[in-house]
Amino acid sequence: MSALRVDELLRVEGLSKAFTLHLHGGARLPVVHGVAFSVAAGECVVLGGPSGAGKSSILKMAFGNYLAGEGRILVADGERVIDVARAGAREILDARRRIIGYVSQFLRVIPRVGAIDIVAAAARESGLDRAAARERAASLLARLRVPERLWSVPPATFSGGEQQRVNVARGFAGGHRLLVLDEPTASLDVANRQAVIDLIVERKAMGTGFLAAFHDDDVRARVADRIVDVSLFSDREAA
Amino acid sequence: MTAPLLSAQALSKRYGAIVACRDVSFDLSEGEALAIVGESGSGKTTLLNLIAGALAPDAGEVVYRLRDGATRALSSLSDAERRGLMRTDWGFVHQDSSRGLRMNVSAGGNIGERLMALGDCHYGRIRENALEWLGRVEIAAARVDDQPTAYSGGMRQRLQIARNLVTRPRLMFMDEPTGGLDVSVQARLLDLLRGLIADMGLAVVLVTHDLAVARLLSHRILVMKESQVVESGLTDRVLDDPQAPYTQLLVSSVLAA
Repeated sequence: MSALRVDELLRVEGLSKAFTLHLHGGARLPVVHGVAFSVAAGECVVLGGPSGAGKSSILKMAFGNYLAGEGRILVADGERVIDVARAGAREILDARRRIIGYVSQFLRVIPRVGAIDIVAAAARESGLDRAAARERAASLLARLRVPERLWSVPPATFSGGEQQRVNVARGFAGGHRLLVLDEPTASLDVANRQAVIDLIVERKAMGTGFLAAFHDDDVRARVADRIVDVSLFSDREAA
Repeated sequence: MTAPLLSAQALSKRYGAIVACRDVSFDLSEGEALAIVGESGSGKTTLLNLIAGALAPDAGEVVYRLRDGATRALSSLSDAERRGLMRTDWGFVHQDSSRGLRMNVSAGGNIGERLMALGDCHYGRIRENALEWLGRVEIAAARVDDQPTAYSGGMRQRLQIARNLVTRPRLMFMDEPTGGLDVSVQARLLDLLRGLIADMGLAVVLVTHDLAVARLLSHRILVMKESQVVESGLTDRVLDDPQAPYTQLLVSSVLAA
């Protein structure tokens, strides 16, 4: 396995993805092929291209949520390198605890668990004790402008934007070296988008690498170091 | 590397001409939750009973690492050793709580029984333990002397969990633990289980036909169809990007709430 460069956190090589729809006569739906890019420490690489080009599929493969087809997804783990495309379930779970974080477009709410507990649980996974995890959770919720009176409430009843800010707080709470963001600001207004931008900029300065897709041009312009045009790898006609 | 806590190796079981479990293998480590999903009759419960030693396989072996570190095939344990394992290091939560509880014994007695089986005979300490565990499963201390017959379905399931966890087992088997409960009661039970599994670092083998329960509680998943494993892997990967035709059918058949 080729080694990563010293400052490289993620390198994707020759990655492909196709869905086989067994319920529809086994139709094969190619999504992307030949995907190649790399993310260095402190860098934010943004996937661009029209909707349906495969941005979200690439992000999900990088997190191990979608099964990769051909190719490699190499992630730095200290001196070691993990190939997420071939890693087993345990190795991926371990990488998610220590190395790769993910912010989806929507929060998957868990009944009865309060917002601050959701965020603190993510912080605890990274090894913080209970008190420190709660402190980090509180500071993130405050920065993301989630009103304090909501912190102990389960987010099921929150607005879409409030839920999404809890989701962002959870993603940033783990202290991962590599963060995968799938349109995290899509449901946020200007002030809240700004709070997310500030967090990304701050974490970049601390060496965190980002692989992201953004719906909004202003967010992209503020945080992206490079844009990778996914339509170059896309197997679909632009939607 | 330490041996897995439990290892199922090429397990098969048939009832006459019917194959109930065909060549199933997997490993489980401490703190790991494995869900076995599939529709009724797919062999989930047979597999659970094989792993838990309640049924003897026709072929294959279940290997378990005991608390002293020794790794033993279940079939090589004496009856007394196996009973000891079930009373201390293992727990079993049944869908039908009357199979997991003594219905004509008080709640406190249900919890205390496993401690007494371990040789504890200090009444005050047993009662104190029972009260602590009732609290942890969110049952009011005032209900300690009631029999489970006076409990609701959700409370009975929580009592079953307390009865099992009081000996601090390392491995829990669960057969449809939320089956037959109202949705709001399910949510409370699931949240409680999730917390206890994480806090105690429990290993869990969970049989369920409910994919949402599997997603919430398990790290890995085995999908069974017609007595075989048709797909396995990371729970969210299997549910979000299913590969096997049967898994795709299962996932697409769920109504989104």
